[in-house]
Parts: sequence; C-alpha cells; structure tokens
Amino acid sequence: MSDARYAVGIDLGTTHCALSYVDLGRSSGDEIAQDLMRVPQLTAPGAVEELALLPSFLYLPHPDEFAAGDLTLPWDSSPTVVLGEMARSVGARTPIRLVSSAKSWLCHPGVDRRAPILPPGAPEDEIPRLSPYEASVRYLAHLRDAWNHLHPHADLASQEVTVTVPASFDPAARELTAEAAQAVGFAHLVLLEEPQAALYSWIHESAGEWRNQVRVGDVILVIDVGGGTTDLSLIAVTEREGALELTRVAVGDHILLGGDNMDLALAHVVKGKLTAEGKTLDPWQVQALTHGCRHAKETLLADDTVEAVPVVVPSRGARLIGGSIRTELTREEVRRTLVEGFFPEVPASARPTGRSRAALTKLGLPYAQDPAVTRHLAAFLGMQTGATEDLPGFGPGSTGSFLHPTAVLFNGGVYKADLLAERMHKVVNDWLASDGAPPARLLEGADLDLAVARGAAYYGYVRRGGGVRIRGGTARSYYVGVESAMPAVPGLEPPIQALCLAPFGMEEGTDADIPPQEFGLVVGEPVRFRFFGSSVRRDDEVGTLLEEWSPDELEELEEIQATLPAESRSPGEVIPVRLRASVTEVGTLRLEAMPRAGSEHWKVELNVRGATGE
Amino acid sequence: MAESPPSLFARLLIALDLFRRVLIDPQFAAAASRLRAAWSTAQPGAPGPERPSLREAEPNAALQLLGLLQRDGRFIDFLEEEVTAYSDSEVGAAARVVHEGCRKALQQHFTIESVRPEPEGERVTLGQGFDASAVRPTGKVVGEPPFSGRLTHKGWRVTNVKLPKVAAGHDLSILAPAEVEL
Repeated sequence: MSDARYAVGIDLGTTHCALSYVDLGRSSGDEIAQDLMRVPQLTAPGAVEELALLPSFLYLPHPDEFAAGDLTLPWDSSPTVVLGEMARSVGARTPIRLVSSAKSWLCHPGVDRRAPILPPGAPEDEIPRLSPYEASVRYLAHLRDAWNHLHPHADLASQEVTVTVPASFDPAARELTAEAAQAVGFAHLVLLEEPQAALYSWIHESAGEWRNQVRVGDVILVIDVGGGTTDLSLIAVTEREGALELTRVAVGDHILLGGDNMDLALAHVVKGKLTAEGKTLDPWQVQALTHGCRHAKETLLADDTVEAVPVVVPSRGARLIGGSIRTELTREEVRRTLVEGFFPEVPASARPTGRSRAALTKLGLPYAQDPAVTRHLAAFLGMQTGATEDLPGFGPGSTGSFLHPTAVLFNGGVYKADLLAERMHKVVNDWLASDGAPPARLLEGADLDLAVARGAAYYGYVRRGGGVRIRGGTARSYYVGVESAMPAVPGLEPPIQALCLAPFGMEEGTDADIPPQEFGLVVGEPVRFRFFGSSVRRDDEVGTLLEEWSPDELEELEEIQATLPAESRSPGEVIPVRLRASVTEVGTLRLEAMPRAGSEHWKVELNVRGATGE
Repeated sequence: MAESPPSLFARLLIALDLFRRVLIDPQFAAAASRLRAAWSTAQPGAPGPERPSLREAEPNAALQLLGLLQRDGRFIDFLEEEVTAYSDSEVGAAARVVHEGCRKALQQHFTIESVRPEPEGERVTLGQGFDASAVRPTGKVVGEPPFSGRLTHKGWRVTNVKLPKVAAGHDLSILAPAEVEL
C-alpha cells in the first residue's frame, strides 16, 4: 500500500460528480473522519462558488463569448472549457456547445469513444469537439485541480483514489475510465461498482450496526436509479470463519433510464397541454419547464394533500409578468406519468418491451426503450434465479420463478420521492408474495445523492484492512468467438463457437488459466475476434467451448483486436498464440496474446472504436 | 487601560519638559492646546471624543447580490416591470418564479436564523444590557431594564455569508447581460 494520507472516493456520474474523502491518519475501526469536498466551480461568468456536486456538464465557449478573465478559476486564469454549474446554465441557451451525458457515450458500443464526437449535433468545423474519453479526463482533472487547490500539501495523484463505475459497465468502458484516471495522474487507483459503493455507504452510516440488520442467507437487492442510468446488483450475505461476509453475486444490464428521463417525460406532458392551448415553447423554455416540473413533482410526491402545483415558464425577455406562461402539473399527471409510466405494477413474469421509441429518446444514445424500471427489474431477477446456488448457507437455487431478494437498498436522487421508493418496494414484495416468499426489508439508506462518493472513500479505507469488504470479482464470464472448422457453405456464415477465457467472479489482481486453443495471428496486421460476455453462466471454466447458447445467456460485446508488432519477425508470417485473461489490480479486464514459444506477450485491445471500425 | 498616575517628581519633570517644548515648538503648542480642550470635555478615562463616524457602504457586494437575485429569481425583471396593467393572478404567477429563485439564492448564500427563538406573540424579557442592535423595544419604552413585552417580530440574523468569489476585472455593474440569439 502507498503512504497516502487520504482515501478519496470519486463518483463520476452521468449528471453529477462528487468527491468524498477519509483522513486515514485520523480514522480507526468504526471511527472514521470523513468529509465531502465542496467543488469550486464557475456558477456564472466571473463567479466561483464551492458546491457539493459538480454537474457533469462541459461547455466549449466561443473565444469572444465571455469577457477576459470571466472564466478564471482559482487554479487557472484562462481555461478553454467550462465545467459544472455554469456549463449547465449557459449550455441551456447554447446547446450546440454543451457536452452532457458523456458517461453514457463512454459505454456506447456504436461509436468511437476516442473520437471527437461531442457535442453530437455541433457543426464540425466551427466547434472543437471532444471525445467521450476526453470529457471524462476533463471532469477528473477539474476534481484533481480543485483538490490540489484546497489541499496544497497532499497532491491527489498520490492519494488512494477510488473511482466508481456502473456495475453494468462493459470491460471497454471500465478500461477507458481507468485510463482517464491514470491520464490525470492518479497513481493508486481502483475502480468500484456504484451499487457496491452505495452499500458500503450504508454499512458506514450504520456505524457497526449493520451486522444486526442483516443475517447469513440474506440477498440484498441494490436499485440505483441515477440521473441517467439504472444500475442493479444483488449482494448476498455469507459467513466465513464466523464473520459476516458480503458477496456480490449478480449485476444487471446497462439501462439508460434515469431521473432525467422522468423529468423530461413530465415536461412533455405539460408541453402537450400548452401546445393544445396554442402556446409554443422554444428549447430554452422546455428546459425551464423541465426544471419547473421537477420542483412541482417534488412537492406533489412529498405531500399527498396537494392536488396541483402551478408551473410557470418564465419569459426569456425582461418582461417577466407579461411574457411568462402559466400552467400547472396535477397529482393525476404525475401519478400517470411517473408512477404508472416508470414504476408500473407488473407481475414478476413481465419483461421490457421493445416498443417504438417514445418522446424520451434523444438522437444518438441507446436509451432504454421501455421506461418501466419495474419491468427491467423483473427481467433481471428472472434471469438471475441461479445467482446464489453456489454460495454456502443458501439453498439449491431459488424455488420460485425469480431470485428472491430479502432486503432492498435504494440509491439515487429519484428515490428522494418516498412515493416512488414505496411503489418500487411494494412491487417487489407483491412478486415475493405471489411466490409465497416473505417480504423484503428496506435498508434505510443514507444521502441518496452522495452515498456513492462516500461509499467509495470508505472502500478506500476498508481496503487497508479497516472493515468488511464486498467480494465477488467480475460479474461476467468472457468468451472469444472461434470459427468452427467445417467446410464453407456458400451463403452461410460459418457457425461460431465461444471459448471461455475468463470465468465468472475473477478477483482483482488474478490471472486466468490459459486455454489450450491456439489462434493464428498475422504479424503486423490487426486481427479481430468476436467477444462475448455472460452474466448468468457461472460454472464455465477457462477452455470451455460453447457450441450454442440462447440469446439471453451470452451478450455479444465489441470485437477485440490483436496486433503483433513486426519486430524480429517478418510481416505476414502467421504465429500461433494463446489468449490469457487477467483482472488488473485497478479492476479492469486485460487480455493478452502469448506465442507458443518464448515469454513474450502482447496486449489485446478491447475495441472502443465503434462497431463499424475505421 | 488604567495606568497608575506618575509620582510627584516625575510630574515635575514632565511639566518642565512641556513648558520648554511649548515655548520653542509652535506645532507642539498647537497640539497641546487641542489636547487641553479635548481633555476638559472628555469623560474621565476616555481616550478622547468620538468623531461621528459613517462609512461608505461597499457597492460591490450589493451589486453581486442583485446579480444573484436576478440570475436565480428574475428579481430586477420583476421590480422593473409595471404591474398595474396585470391581474393579480398574472402577477402571482410571475411571483412564483421570483419567490422560488430568490429563495434559492438566499438560502444558498446566506445562513439566516431568527434573532429570538420564541414564537411571535409570546412574552419575552429584555435584561439589563440587552443588545439594542439585535432587539428593538417599541411602544411604551420608559423606565429601566429589565423590560417585559410581547414579541411582535422574531427578527432575522445572518450567521454565515457565502458569496461567490469574483474574478478580478469582472464587471459587477452588469446585473444581467443583454442576450442576443444568433
């Protein structure tokens, strides 16, 4: 371990970033000195404020747009981009220069994540665009500079840094995140899944009490609905040598569905009413309306005696009274749009529908087509019936039609509305009741906005031996596609087999065995392989060759690519290699090609260049 | 600070020295004369009379606050608009924007609490030497404290101010820039 003074947790969120830290020298056992860094950022031209959250928005200003010195930060007198609160507010008026949801683009399989593609609609030759990777670097660099400004004697680069990623991030997106963190200089870096961070935060908040609130055999379902994504994880409570232990047994698919979709959906309902009255709104006003609807929603969801809340769309001009548009949001509209739209009461057998994309879709990102969080959850639990089979203390698999959670932990700003948390909890308990299982307890959460950053800092502390750790390793097994040796049939693609390279649950810092199968690599030429992951095939070992599989079992990821350098070999020569998987200490998947002879090995790249290639 | 008075011998030395310097130094004589005049009107022990002291309020913080209220709550737009032509419901609708935004700005930049914790309407007692800037007795203000009366307004006190830092050279007199959509 390093001689770091702080364990720092960074929540690099789709809509907000936060940084929390534990002073290692002043912490021991359950006594932990933890704090949140308020992030200095521009809130308006020429104004710098310290806010608890750094909105994940990045604005690319025109050189003449702001007066000289108006973009000054405490550590930079002439930044070329604007981040945070001011980026969000200025970007609402000039969206072509605004980068938002960069994190969703970072795991978008259809695009080149290192190519300058953001903002997506910007005129290419007029605005210098950024890549999703570069945007992540910028957010992290801002947090680093802010930290170093506030802690001049404890450079962030030399602290223990934990950066959180969605549990559903694929290996390539994890690798990009780790690379971004290394690019800003973090020397002691680990990645942590966000739902795990939320659970760590809960453990930390309970100050030791958590051992009395869970027992061996519990399955904790973490439902994290953030601003942009829904992230699901199952964590089982096991026992080893008399002590309680936590094991993450399953994670859900990447679902681009979050609180922002909900506010946008409400805004569209209200906009529809205004359109019917013959009033049209420009994009800035829709933004203002979304903002107004969020407030109205919070009031309506918090107080069930209120039937309607007025929503006012302010005018853009100085005539506030004469130019504003007044409307209202009713309890019925919120119930219909949010509660029934996003959290409908569905049976456990329900599955997300792939119906045509509704008003929620924006151009570009692969947003979830079914807005019902409950249906996505039903699919997840239905698929993971075998998740706890191999754990000691658990029965031989679930007897019901889905995996039965015994406790639920909510995370994410969406659940600030008790009504939505209650509905979600009720739906889960209804499913359990229909299977004859006892209801799931609610683990009372900590701060829904900051739990992930706090849990990540706490994790940095427990990694040094300070408390319970969640085990689990990789939440998927990984396979490379192998063309089977059979005579080519014209018009028919040769059938493909999947060779297991990395088994389920590989821990950080371990290497998998090397499967015996060899691949011919052409020296000096990139060779591509199809690549697959499975979140349900827990028993496959390295070298297992799958002939066929159901579409639910294996998910095709982006191709991987190996290039053997031409050094000491003649280009065009075919070299037989074997592939080895390992999980780095940071928590990323690493694939290497190793020739039969010699000890050389080359990194096999996880493709982040988009499905179409160059 | 109360010093012990000088001894008779020391006083004699001071008197001789002052006599000499008043004679040879006209400036010193003028200063001594001013001290003598001030001394006769001053309270015993006080260093001298307090000059009336009023300072100019610094406009920058005020401009900054106006800018914040305009940015978050359209404060200037609201006050600069002629309201007579509009109905109460129209003014009310705009007031919501102003209320919500200005409230947010206020809560974000100031920590405000009431001066007196008691609910308004309750009887309170003001003891000897109460802070007259924080509590103002009204009505039948006669006699000596302790005063007893009814709390008519609980008062507001700012306990913490957290205004944004301003870039050097930023023009605070622009409360809201004109916007031109291209």
